[in-house]
Amino acid sequence: MFDIDKWQEILATIKKNKMRTFLTGFSVAWGIFMLMILLGSGNGLSNGVANNFMNDAVNAMWIWRGETTIPYQGMKSGRPIQFQNQDQEIVQKVSGVGVSSGRYFMGNTRYSYLKESGEYTTITCQPALKEVENLILNEGRFINQLDILQKRKVVVIGADIKTALFKDSVALGEYVNVNMVPFKVIGICTEPGSTRNRNAYMPLSTAQMIFSGSNQLHNLALTINATTLEESRAIEEQIRNVLGRQHKFDPKDEGAIGLYNKLENYIQTMKIFQAIKIFIWIIGVGTLIAGIVGVSNIMLIVVKERTKEIGIRKAIGASPSSVIGLIMLESIMITTIAGYIGLVLGTGLMELINYGMMMQSTGPVSEEQGGTMFMNPTVDINIAIYSTMLLIIAGAIAGYIPAKRAASIRPIVALRDE
Amino acid sequence: MIRLNNIHKSYVMGNSSLHVLKGIDLHIEQGDFVSIMGSSGSGKSTLLNILGMLDNYDNGSYHLSGNLIANMSEKRAAKLRNELVGFVFQSFNLISFKNAMENVALPLYYKGVPRKKRNLIAMEYLEKLGLKDWANHMPNEMSGGQKQRVAIARALISKPKIILADEPTGALDSATSYEVMDILREINDDGITVIIVTHEHDIAAMTRQIIRLNDGRIHEIIRNGELKNFQKSYIHGLETA
Repeated sequence: MFDIDKWQEILATIKKNKMRTFLTGFSVAWGIFMLMILLGSGNGLSNGVANNFMNDAVNAMWIWRGETTIPYQGMKSGRPIQFQNQDQEIVQKVSGVGVSSGRYFMGNTRYSYLKESGEYTTITCQPALKEVENLILNEGRFINQLDILQKRKVVVIGADIKTALFKDSVALGEYVNVNMVPFKVIGICTEPGSTRNRNAYMPLSTAQMIFSGSNQLHNLALTINATTLEESRAIEEQIRNVLGRQHKFDPKDEGAIGLYNKLENYIQTMKIFQAIKIFIWIIGVGTLIAGIVGVSNIMLIVVKERTKEIGIRKAIGASPSSVIGLIMLESIMITTIAGYIGLVLGTGLMELINYGMMMQSTGPVSEEQGGTMFMNPTVDINIAIYSTMLLIIAGAIAGYIPAKRAASIRPIVALRDE
Repeated sequence: MIRLNNIHKSYVMGNSSLHVLKGIDLHIEQGDFVSIMGSSGSGKSTLLNILGMLDNYDNGSYHLSGNLIANMSEKRAAKLRNELVGFVFQSFNLISFKNAMENVALPLYYKGVPRKKRNLIAMEYLEKLGLKDWANHMPNEMSGGQKQRVAIARALISKPKIILADEPTGALDSATSYEVMDILREINDDGITVIIVTHEHDIAAMTRQIIRLNDGRIHEIIRNGELKNFQKSYIHGLETA
């Protein structure tokens, strides 16, 4: 295999037929180039969507109030369901539930600091919300259990609120008036994947007491500990059961409570991407096969053209295996080198696009634009290695039939060929 | 050396079969210089191909240097060809992208001789045939006579017992033909059996034995006294022409 003479023989024939070799190689290079582009784009799309899911915890679940649609225990349908504080405690006890927080929304609350003021949405919640919504604290801390227990008048404000009210001055530790009640700013946060950070967070207990929310909750946010679709559905069903028992509605009543199970969506979306990936592989490998068939075809022509030469070689003592080796090696060499060029160009292009995207996104401080569907469109190095191996195998397959034909050429054919 | 016993060969073409050799009995001694003559279709090239192990025969037996040549694997045939036989063709059959020296050295490549050594040996043979200065020329830069000499050097380099030449002078003018025949005679003088196929009487007249084929059978073998007459008539006739 590493016989210098053999390589010289192959190089000599390649040099003699530069154009043909180039065209042969091009088909393979194109095949692997397309495969890399497709796989890279697929990865980019997949990464982008996966990243969008990361805006909240992947295993997040939201439950909100509704109206019954099925008559139950003698009560007719159309009865509104109300959540109270104990619902959060009930749900928290369901096995498989990670952390949970009740939420009570106050739309258009007036925030003022010195002469600046504005209306923002206030979300009153428990400490666990930070985990459910992946909130990022730029400064300070989030609401903690002590804030809840002592009903402290503290508030975590969104970055945009901070900019609007405080400009460049320090906000942490200052008091803002929320509907004329002073609250101490303990943190400044941003929501991942969002360009608008106009929400403020305050302890549920404090807000219920001050702003007469009594013990009402608008919705529940929680995380669940599940890895499969089945597990997550089981937890969902249990939650419906316990809430149904508490509020006397049919657990099968889809209208009584609303429920969004993010993990379910995540798993399903990732399944779609799995399918897309398989699809991409099929197309990519198909393109590659077209290239391989091209090589095989051209090698057949090569063998035909070289009939006489092969005949001469056999007449002066070339064994069939040496002829097979010659043709196979030439085929493998062309596919491997050309394929490698395609591989480098394909991955190179994807890396370039990735680099361009990184440059663009790291410009402003607000690092992530909402709804980027394309992210890190690069190909795994392992795939590149597999592809190279695939190429060598492909070259061998492409060369096999022509080589077999070459070996079966009888020297007398060359003698007659004039 | 070469012993053929009742050799039959037919080619099957579609549903008809063409009986080319119809029982050839032939005995050629080491060091003979033989020409095979015959009209086209008489089977002379087929006979040469069988002698050179390039083709199989259907019936009979063929012994070459004590080996029975029958039903051999391609690999073994290739090895025996490499060791025992040197070929010279009408159309030279040099490999066009190799220079003269590399062409001559090729049989040694298949013998596994290292590159440097086989190129050195190739140069020796080229020198013997007066082509030392042409060693680095490609075949298309050489004349017909030069090409045939390169081909002869290639046939000789593996030190064969037999040289098989199929119309070696077919593509050459008469002056060059005679040069080539002189070279073949010199080779024969060194003890190598030379068998040529030709349809030219003057070329055949330069060998020591003429086998005339007719319709797949040996029509006559001309040697000794008869050969003298043959030579006289053809060589003389040529000279006067």
